[in-house]
Amino acid sequence: MPVFAVVGIIVCVWYSAAVWMNAPWVYDQAERAGVSVSFGEMVGATMGQARPVLPAPHQVAAELWKGVAGQAVTSKRSLVYHGWVTLQATFYGFVLGIGLGVALAVSIVRFRVMELSVMPWAIISQTIPIVALAPMIVVLSNAAGVEDRMVPKAIISAYLSFFPVLVSMVKGLRSPDQMQIDQLRTWYASEAQMFWKLRLPASMPYFFASLKVAIAASLVGAIVGELPTGAIEGLGARMLIGSQFGEPMIMWAALFAAAILAGGLILLVGIVERFARARMGAPA
Amino acid sequence: MMWIVAALAVWAAGWVVNVWLARSAWSATRAGRLAIVVVFGVTLLAIWEGLVRGFGVSAVILPTPSVIGVRIAGALPVLLGDFVQTVIKGALTGYLMGSAAAVVVAVLIDRSPFLKAGLLPVGNFVAALPIVGIAPILVAWFGFDWHSKAAVVVVMVFFPVLVNMVAGLQASERMQRDLMATWGAGYWQSLFKLRFPAAMPFLFNGLKIASTLALIGAIVAEFFGSPTVGMGFRISTEVGRLGMDMVWAEIAVAALAGSAFYGVIAAIERGVTFWHPSQRV
Repeated sequence: MPVFAVVGIIVCVWYSAAVWMNAPWVYDQAERAGVSVSFGEMVGATMGQARPVLPAPHQVAAELWKGVAGQAVTSKRSLVYHGWVTLQATFYGFVLGIGLGVALAVSIVRFRVMELSVMPWAIISQTIPIVALAPMIVVLSNAAGVEDRMVPKAIISAYLSFFPVLVSMVKGLRSPDQMQIDQLRTWYASEAQMFWKLRLPASMPYFFASLKVAIAASLVGAIVGELPTGAIEGLGARMLIGSQFGEPMIMWAALFAAAILAGGLILLVGIVERFARARMGAPA
Repeated sequence: MMWIVAALAVWAAGWVVNVWLARSAWSATRAGRLAIVVVFGVTLLAIWEGLVRGFGVSAVILPTPSVIGVRIAGALPVLLGDFVQTVIKGALTGYLMGSAAAVVVAVLIDRSPFLKAGLLPVGNFVAALPIVGIAPILVAWFGFDWHSKAAVVVVMVFFPVLVNMVAGLQASERMQRDLMATWGAGYWQSLFKLRFPAAMPFLFNGLKIASTLALIGAIVAEFFGSPTVGMGFRISTEVGRLGMDMVWAEIAVAALAGSAFYGVIAAIERGVTFWHPSQRV
């Protein structure tokens, strides 16, 4: 209930901001036409401009609907098509990031030298703004003979998503307490058995918690990866096109499509998490 | 061939040194840990240099670290100008404004349970969205100069800081708040003397996340239009001119700026939250 109230307030603020920000254009047009507009006419005119400074919520919703349902999904103007391109890059980057994060975490927990030398650099890697590196990743993957535009995007999104997984997995693999470790020792468990039967299951809650952060980060990576790479497909590319051609509606629709995609992905990871936890017999 | 062998030799040597350091008593000391990190980094650079020279990779594709170093030394004024434009004017201004606004809003929200119940889920959701997407819109609103970059950064840092600060304001325990009440402390007194200090570990957690976001936001916004100065502008134009050494020089500056930014926040955190268990070594 409070959530709806807050969302309602946001929509109201948005409408009034749309009126306020679009009004100068209406007055300007009226002055050129030599007519005067009343307040009511002005408000009406701010709601339906083709190139508004701030489009009203229903305009964005209509543009979204047009982009999603108004075209064939294979059309270049369909948001479903562009969303799918971005989603693919997000997915590959996510899988790559999870693999890298888990592999690094396992070796860091296993070997002290890895912890001391790799962990600080992993932290430093995240303080480097990835967007600065993005064009280089594109150039390098082109030079390496990779024609597919998907690869650089997936690498960028993996770069952003491996870190939360790494941090949580290190914490999770270390979460069994001394008592449990001693118990397995008394059963004469080998290092491998200790890993498979105790450390890995104990790390699962940490793993899933990190996935939600990682999926959001991969989506950001995929979108950012489309900006400097001259991509023509994908939600990030739509934003760039909207910006260059002065079509705000394209930008807004792409932005909201990306937001909806992010929400859907986070929900999906949540469902997978609940399913996996139930299978592992965790308390609900 | 020589270079490749040399690179592999450096790799092996760095590995041996680090394993030895990690096993020795040195690894318990601060200097020893730092040495391991430095050896790892230097080894990586040496392998890079060796492999690029060994395989004869063109400088248009991947320049060597030494070439990049020479370039950095040669282009200091340009790099400094870009740094001031992007980091100081764009990222830092936006970061300060966004964080300050988030803290103020968090205190306001905290007074009303209704707003807290409503805004937190929304804030959590927005914090996970690809907010970089608003960059083109804000560039259209605020123009090409650093104001639009700062605006993008404000929006990007606002939600992570807000969510963490609201959580932080709830961190003080019932018992502690009751104790303040028995001493006759008013709302503001208990806010400044108990709840702000208790919220600091949470706040700095948000500030650290926001510090990396701030640089990303400032650079991304420059891809959508900028004056002829700035790191994002320089990177996108130099890529077009195949000036890869300049691009890598900018990347080095960005990496250094990002790490220093994070390091400064972490250092302030150590000073402010010295009492927190995670800071006691």
